[in-house]
Amino acid sequence: MVSSYSAPSSGPLPSGAPPNELFLLYPDPPPVDLVRSLSLGGYGWTAASSHSGLIVSDDWTGAIVSLAEDAERGWLLCRDLRRRDVPVEPLLVLIPGDRLDELDERAELFDDFLIAPFHPAELDARLKHLLWRAGRGVRPEMVEYGPLRLNTETYQAQIDGKPLDLTYMEYELLRFLAATPGRVFSRETLLNQVWGYEYYGGARTVDVHIRRLRAKLGQEHANLIQTIRSVGYKLGQSRWG
Amino acid sequence: MTPQHEPSRDPQHDYVLRAVEERGVRLIRLWFTDVLGQLKSVAISPAELETALEEGMHFDGSAIDGFSRIQESDVLARPDASTFELLPWADGGSTGRMFCDIYNPHGSPFDGDPRHVLRRNLKKAREAGYAFFVAPEMEFFYFADGEPTHQPKLLDSGGYFDLTTSDVASDLRRETISVLETMGIPVEYSFHEDSPSQHEIDLRYTEALSMADQIMTFRLVVRELALERGRFASFMPKPLAGMQGSGMHLHLSLFDHEDNAFHADGAQYSLSQTGRQFTAGLLHHAREITAVTNQLVNSYKRLVVGYEAPTWVSWAQNNRSALIRVPVTRPDKTSSTRIEYRAPDPACNPYLAFSVILAAGMKGIKEGYDLPTETTENLFEVDAGRAAELGLAPLPASLAEALDEMERSELVHEALGDHIFEWFLRNKRSEWQGYKAHVSQWELERYLPSW
Repeated sequence: MVSSYSAPSSGPLPSGAPPNELFLLYPDPPPVDLVRSLSLGGYGWTAASSHSGLIVSDDWTGAIVSLAEDAERGWLLCRDLRRRDVPVEPLLVLIPGDRLDELDERAELFDDFLIAPFHPAELDARLKHLLWRAGRGVRPEMVEYGPLRLNTETYQAQIDGKPLDLTYMEYELLRFLAATPGRVFSRETLLNQVWGYEYYGGARTVDVHIRRLRAKLGQEHANLIQTIRSVGYKLGQSRWG
Repeated sequence: MTPQHEPSRDPQHDYVLRAVEERGVRLIRLWFTDVLGQLKSVAISPAELETALEEGMHFDGSAIDGFSRIQESDVLARPDASTFELLPWADGGSTGRMFCDIYNPHGSPFDGDPRHVLRRNLKKAREAGYAFFVAPEMEFFYFADGEPTHQPKLLDSGGYFDLTTSDVASDLRRETISVLETMGIPVEYSFHEDSPSQHEIDLRYTEALSMADQIMTFRLVVRELALERGRFASFMPKPLAGMQGSGMHLHLSLFDHEDNAFHADGAQYSLSQTGRQFTAGLLHHAREITAVTNQLVNSYKRLVVGYEAPTWVSWAQNNRSALIRVPVTRPDKTSSTRIEYRAPDPACNPYLAFSVILAAGMKGIKEGYDLPTETTENLFEVDAGRAAELGLAPLPASLAEALDEMERSELVHEALGDHIFEWFLRNKRSEWQGYKAHVSQWELERYLPSW
């Protein structure tokens, strides 16, 4: 947190239950209408008054930065949040309607913007959409299924906590299958989606890579990827049964 | 996100750089193959990796067999990022490797690079609409040591399919398979072969370039793991007189996208017209390509009557004495229709062997060759007279004969290119000269007492 704030303000739900979503707000104290809208939407929040000395928490769902008060420090905070090894995302900025030109040249610093003063329903809709895009529920950079973990930031794969050394195409194929467990993909779909072009060797290439993946997964986990006869392949079961 | 550094253009490069960082890789071996089929390696540190991926590594090729040129000896090795793997047995898994393509300093592919030769032949097949798939049966021996001054000492006395659970060799084979699978080389079967200490590991089919890489890796893995256990593995075609030699039977097929071009419902043995023409091409040019598929003086001691090795240019469905076999497959499994070429041995250069085999088969398709009649007779019992009646040609009986056939072959010349064709003939002629001038133990024992 900010060095000058030994006790930063925060706003967990009045019910006492920990909120599912916790947003970092700027400035501290945050705009009253923002706090009210978030509380109504069931979101938790914590606030910071500057980027300096800010310790980013894994618990944060994202950040909402108001540029109505001190725009310069606000943009500095955005820049700082983006530069972290694990950037704080999504990032929404609140900006007065007469200063939209500030958004020019700063496209990389935010995911969406909202004109202040805002309508609470619009804030709610934008947050929902941003969270959906970021893959709500699971941390966006992780794809997990049973014993399998794929970190799409670092390209690392693990099975039962042990590293799995894959080639690039093996990794991409496994990630694609694991992203939607239980869904059956035809070999043509896999070829088009994973290889992304008319790869020579045709759909047989997919069979070859599936075999290599199974060999690397080892006997214990080889059946994680199932062959659906005369259709294609799937990984695991859908969460929906 | 604000990029911290310029992202690499190729996502595969990025992937390799990340993997090296995340897995604590300390050394990356850049592999390539000389004309004789020996694996060569240049090691670089992770710090040099990005440059190597983007620009390649310059080195002096003059010391590499078949790379020497008169004007310039500098070549450029460019790593193929799609082949990056960790070597599980080396330095606790902190060593990675990639296969390289070799280029001239100004950027054109280097003609002396066997991997390039195979790429070129595969491209031709692709232009005709085919992808080439290969699955090899790798045979080899485990010996007590690799000392060439005495007869190789056997590790076990097992026989074909023997379940020799207690012996060192079987443990070694099991361990080897596990390392291969970790490296993404799936194994189809493995078993104890006919001869004591002889083993076979069959690899699952894959596209030919990748399979040639896999064979290079396979030979290294088998030998390295044996050495770790204080044993010695050998791919020498005929290490022991009076016992079976080691072959490398190749199961071959061509695919046109989804479709197995060798398969036709209702055809004889389900073999399509394309499959028959490819087989005819391979038979027609078999004598010309043998110097490449069987490149050692010693190779021809395996190709003799009395052992499970072909000696006559012939084909059949289910005749293990034939040069080409059409394995029986389940009629509903159209993707497994294939032919098995039984001459090659595991001491060949797989890139060059696949190149000439493909060229011979493609020639059969292009020219519409007719497949001769199937030979159902047991050819292990056929003599020259009967072979003549059947219209069968013999495979070359020696390296010298095979080289003569090769030298006259336009097909092999074109498939290998001038550089390798000429260098190979020169190098192998000299190998034959050395052998011819040698006086062997057999001659001393036979002639010295009585003459």
